[in-house]
Amino acid sequence: MSKELIRLCNCTMTFDGETVLDSINLEIQDKEFLTLLGPSGCGKTTTLRIIGGFLKPTSGDVYFDGVRINDVPPYKRRVNTVFQKYALFPHLNVFDNVAFGLRIPKAAPGTEAAAGAKKVRLPKEEVYRRVMEMLEVVSLKGFEHRSVTSLSGGQQQRVAIARALVNQPEVLLLDEPLGALDMRLRKDMQNELKRIQQATGITFIYVTHDQEEALTMSDTVVVMNNGQIQQIGTPEDIYNEPQNAFVADFIGESNILDGIMHEDGVVQILDRKFKCLDGGFAPMEPVDVVIRPEDIDIVSVKEGMLCGTVTNITFKGVHYDIIVDFKGFKWLIQSTDYSPVGAKIGIKIDPDGFHIMKKSEYSGMFGDYSSYSEEYDEISIAESEDEA
Amino acid sequence: MRERLNRSTFSLLAPYSFWAVLFIVVPLVFVAYYAFTDNSFSFTFDNITRFFTATSTVTNGSGAETEVRTYLLIFWRSLKLAVISTIICLLLGYPMAYIMTRAGSRAQRIMMILIMIPMWMNFLIRTYAWMTILQDTGILNGFLGVLGLGTVHIIGTESAVVIGMVYDYLPYMILPIYSILAKMDDKLIEAAKDLGCSGPQVLRKVIFPLSMPGVLNGITMVLIPSISTFYISQKLGNGRFFLIGDAIENQFVANNLHFAAAMAFILMVILLVAMALIKYVTNRQAYGKGGGLL
Repeated sequence: MSKELIRLCNCTMTFDGETVLDSINLEIQDKEFLTLLGPSGCGKTTTLRIIGGFLKPTSGDVYFDGVRINDVPPYKRRVNTVFQKYALFPHLNVFDNVAFGLRIPKAAPGTEAAAGAKKVRLPKEEVYRRVMEMLEVVSLKGFEHRSVTSLSGGQQQRVAIARALVNQPEVLLLDEPLGALDMRLRKDMQNELKRIQQATGITFIYVTHDQEEALTMSDTVVVMNNGQIQQIGTPEDIYNEPQNAFVADFIGESNILDGIMHEDGVVQILDRKFKCLDGGFAPMEPVDVVIRPEDIDIVSVKEGMLCGTVTNITFKGVHYDIIVDFKGFKWLIQSTDYSPVGAKIGIKIDPDGFHIMKKSEYSGMFGDYSSYSEEYDEISIAESEDEA
Repeated sequence: MRERLNRSTFSLLAPYSFWAVLFIVVPLVFVAYYAFTDNSFSFTFDNITRFFTATSTVTNGSGAETEVRTYLLIFWRSLKLAVISTIICLLLGYPMAYIMTRAGSRAQRIMMILIMIPMWMNFLIRTYAWMTILQDTGILNGFLGVLGLGTVHIIGTESAVVIGMVYDYLPYMILPIYSILAKMDDKLIEAAKDLGCSGPQVLRKVIFPLSMPGVLNGITMVLIPSISTFYISQKLGNGRFFLIGDAIENQFVANNLHFAAAMAFILMVILLVAMALIKYVTNRQAYGKGGGLL
């Protein structure tokens, strides 16, 4: 049913001797919503720009529908981009911005390859019809004569989306398009984008550093760091089965602990053996164990598998963030129940709450909340200074 | 939205206001005052009417004599040479400014210095330098002679005056355009390419319209000084092309201050009206109907 639309083969990108992308291999299916997720500087925007044609990979190949497109300039690609800061043309009004692409004479469909193919200009009525249709899709009807500089961030955003989509590209590239919007508007636009993607059936490639955004909208998430792909999978896979400590930490909060895999289904952490569901490791292999804060239940000390002392509790709205000290190791637990600082509590974790990962270059770098309380104090001090 | 003017705004504005009054408003008031008075400082329109009505007789090539409006003819000639120079400056300056913005930062600095160096030299010396280059026995003809291309007669022609003006005022065209182009967001160019524009289309549909304010500034900064220049025409035109600047200078030298002031005043009013019109038209084109008159 789904077919491969874009393929990156061993794409490497270096700027001034610095490797920004390291031998990336990526397949993008037709009509999917794919998100490139990672911290800033991870290479996600570079990947997007390679697909858009604004950068040529230092080595490696890019295929579009099976054809190598390394040397095809952006204006000949059936791809359009929504830029991070919108890049609307300030000298044109909303209508003219959206109509911009339609007014460029183009080779008739099917004759693009032929050299000297006659360029045709869309009739005025057709341009008008399509622009108005698209303004309706992005709920900007009635704004067509407004100057783009007089619009709010959210409205400019929608003009940018309309300007790209009106060309009916096969792929829409979105470079952190919601970065400048406030929380509320972001949520609305996330739903809006997902709706537009499903309605138009256009492949979306979306770049963001916001894990929640990635999980909410995507069919496929590609987690990147240091110019390498860490994991590709559905949002559920990425969250529930992270491949390494980096992914586990980047996608949501996680406690990552050193453990030893005794046998399939038995893992040892903090000198205690726990039942888990994972297997396939060598006997006594050192592993990283991920425990999500929401998978930990607080019980009485008697019933607990482990017991520890609450060192910090923060109200987060839906739940409390509770930092609990277990023999010097601090864990983050999310619970709707309040436990006062200093209280002794027991915890219980179901076997499916443990996720076992092989050791990686990221082991020991993430998932430790030992410095949490101090960090939190510093932040609150800084905030109160700001107010003063 | 007008900001509320409070005490501190006034105190911040005070030094500038003082400066502006002293060096801009007072001299202009003097010019206007002299323009509308006669030698005994009583009010009169005579100086203004003289500019539009004074006549003289010129002899053309075939010996026929014609009666002309002296100062209107001079003004027309000044305007013609200034417009030609401005157009040439724009045609040379725009590509230069564009090339500069596309170059690496080091190359940009070097080009900027090369453009600025002549401006550090005295204006008269630069004009004299062009005299020695363009003379019939000058450097240019010497060079052409060595190449066996014969000689050209330039000095004393309108071309020589135009060359002088273009040379002197070209930096004032390049710099404002460069500063606008350099500020332009690269993402706009990428967006245009993304939407299907080839290189020349990007230039025509995005870069050029967005650089209009710079072009307008450049035109202002070249047209105004070149319309009122007097020294270049005297030296490179061998005094054969009497321009409005020369006329004003002549009247001043002859101690005819009131008529000189009247000519300066008329020139200023014409230029102000012309610039306001150009700005109004281009604003409407570039930014829709929002543009005001000034």
